[in-house]
Amino acid sequence: MSSNLLELTGVAKAFPVPGSGRKRASIRAVDGVDLTIPQGRVFGLVGESGSGKTTVARCVLGLTPLSEGSIVFDGIDLATTDSGVRRRLRREIQIVFQQPMAALNPRMTVDNLIAEPLTTHHLARGAALRERVGALLEDVGLSATHLHRYPHELSGGQAQRVVVARALASGPRLVVLDEPTSALDIVVQAQILNLLVELRDEHGLTYLLISHDLSVVRHLSDRIGVMYLGRIVEEGPAEQLLDSPRHPYTRALLASTRGRGSTTLDEPPPISGEMPSTWDLPSGCRFHTRCALREELGRPTACETTDPASVTVGTRHFAACHFADHVRVAGGGQPGPATPAPDPSKGD
Amino acid sequence: MSRLLEIEDLTVDFSRDGRVTSRALRGVSLTVDAGEAVGVVGETGCGKTLTGLSVLRMLPDNATASGRICFEGQEMLELSTRELRSIRGRRISMVFQSPGTSFNPVFTVGYQIGLVAERHLGVGRKEGQALVAETLHAVGLPNPESVMRFYPHELSGGMLQRAMIAMAIICRPSLLIADEPTTALDVTIAQQILRLLRRLQREQGFGVFFISHDLDLVGDFCDRIAVLYAGRVVEMGATAQLLGRPRHPYTRALLEALPGRAQPGAPLPTVPGAVPTALDDAPGCPFAPRCPLVVERCFEERPVLASVGPDQAAACHRWDAL
Repeated sequence: MSSNLLELTGVAKAFPVPGSGRKRASIRAVDGVDLTIPQGRVFGLVGESGSGKTTVARCVLGLTPLSEGSIVFDGIDLATTDSGVRRRLRREIQIVFQQPMAALNPRMTVDNLIAEPLTTHHLARGAALRERVGALLEDVGLSATHLHRYPHELSGGQAQRVVVARALASGPRLVVLDEPTSALDIVVQAQILNLLVELRDEHGLTYLLISHDLSVVRHLSDRIGVMYLGRIVEEGPAEQLLDSPRHPYTRALLASTRGRGSTTLDEPPPISGEMPSTWDLPSGCRFHTRCALREELGRPTACETTDPASVTVGTRHFAACHFADHVRVAGGGQPGPATPAPDPSKGD
Repeated sequence: MSRLLEIEDLTVDFSRDGRVTSRALRGVSLTVDAGEAVGVVGETGCGKTLTGLSVLRMLPDNATASGRICFEGQEMLELSTRELRSIRGRRISMVFQSPGTSFNPVFTVGYQIGLVAERHLGVGRKEGQALVAETLHAVGLPNPESVMRFYPHELSGGMLQRAMIAMAIICRPSLLIADEPTTALDVTIAQQILRLLRRLQREQGFGVFFISHDLDLVGDFCDRIAVLYAGRVVEMGATAQLLGRPRHPYTRALLEALPGRAQPGAPLPTVPGAVPTALDDAPGCPFAPRCPLVVERCFEERPVLASVGPDQAAACHRWDAL
């Protein structure tokens, strides 16, 4: 048994396409994702809308059954049918949603909202319940003055703190953070990020962080996975991946982050076109239709014909690109030692 | 450069049953020169969108605007509805945050964009549609002839935002108000849209009034930046100066709170408390209760926007302590 709290192996999720009739067409929103998170660590999953990152989160929470693969939490396969074990898993895996206002019942007060998971899981009642609610409120930086307010009487930041308190109430070990700050203003975002760091340290929490914002992911994560069209195309230690990205998509994402100086707006965009539909996956490498590296290299045929396998490009650093050893970022760090690009004719 | 837009001491009050319920803008002054890009940044509720809407006089019925808005020599607050119509969409146009909700879902994209040309340029349907195709091409949409026949739901967010920009520039306005034009888009698409706006601005020479909550983004796009807090401009300056050496503690707080600049995992500096309510009328500086540099004077005397260096002005008693 390893010390990994969460292990995803070959996770795939296909959704049937309504109206496709007898053909039973389906789209594969997640298509073979492997990832592991050791106890107490933060794994950041980045990608654009439609890359499948939220579907991964829903699979981890057990909100949607897998089509293929397995998810193992603390040595227990999530697909278990033992209802007692499933109930325990519900307590131990929690989520913080993106839109705090939409995640809180508008007709419940803060104390009832925070007490709800405690009573649902029979964790406390009576005076102990009140005490526990008070402690949780304090944990997330709110005070007793907020106890009897309704969600509409809270600011966005306060509401997100209540959502965090609800997630913590059942004593989880893994918390999935799905875009936890993208609905918040900058100063409030900073406050919530600080809170999440504090809570991780205090409670020894493990996070699966999902975000489209690289700077948020960089701030919280130990490891980062970059998703594109249902696959993790690059994965590695946070700093190493951001300092010397080895997949052209990661490189383009980094170049798209803000605050790079106004002259860059006169240069061509770091990435052209839009993400193709999961309906109509490109042949070979899924990224080849938008890849700048492919153009630089004179459109090698491997990109169009062969789906690249994930190769080791550094210490615990992987990229799924035939030409990962060609990727350099201007001014970036030293690229790690790369294994030679696989012979494209072999396929995979 | 000639002055394109001059906003002077603009106040906007919301009232109900004859009583003021919210004082949303409290004396905003700023200018945009021809061809210049001016950014307005601030948090939710600071009045940045309201400032943009005021320029077009698109405020709700229960809002009263006072002060001065002078655009190309015309006093916007004094114009008749008829005169306003000849400016909106022609001399000043606007690009909104969510392209998905800014088009009418039951008409094709080409038809809706064409209406703007027909209304303002006096062209017929056929000529209008030709102009639409040309404009859609200019905003980088492939196959404009087929895009025109699409309904809004058939286009992606990025393509719709390009279509909205086409609608905004089809009459070659001299001022474009862009209200969070990339907030609803993915980062890679946002970069494409920003570059498109920059290219069009260079080619057509319009001024841009760029509204955003994102200082980095505004820093990349704009020549000058105004920082709004609780309905007032607290700092205004050339981009390099303002971002390089902010002279208002609120601007500094906004910059420091960005996670991209800090050591990963280290606590991000934040300011305590919350923005004052829109009715709060305490004397003194609106930021004083949250300010790390606060002194007694800040609670007694309201600081006015004053020059703190070349191309930079701040409304702070203690700007030289920063």
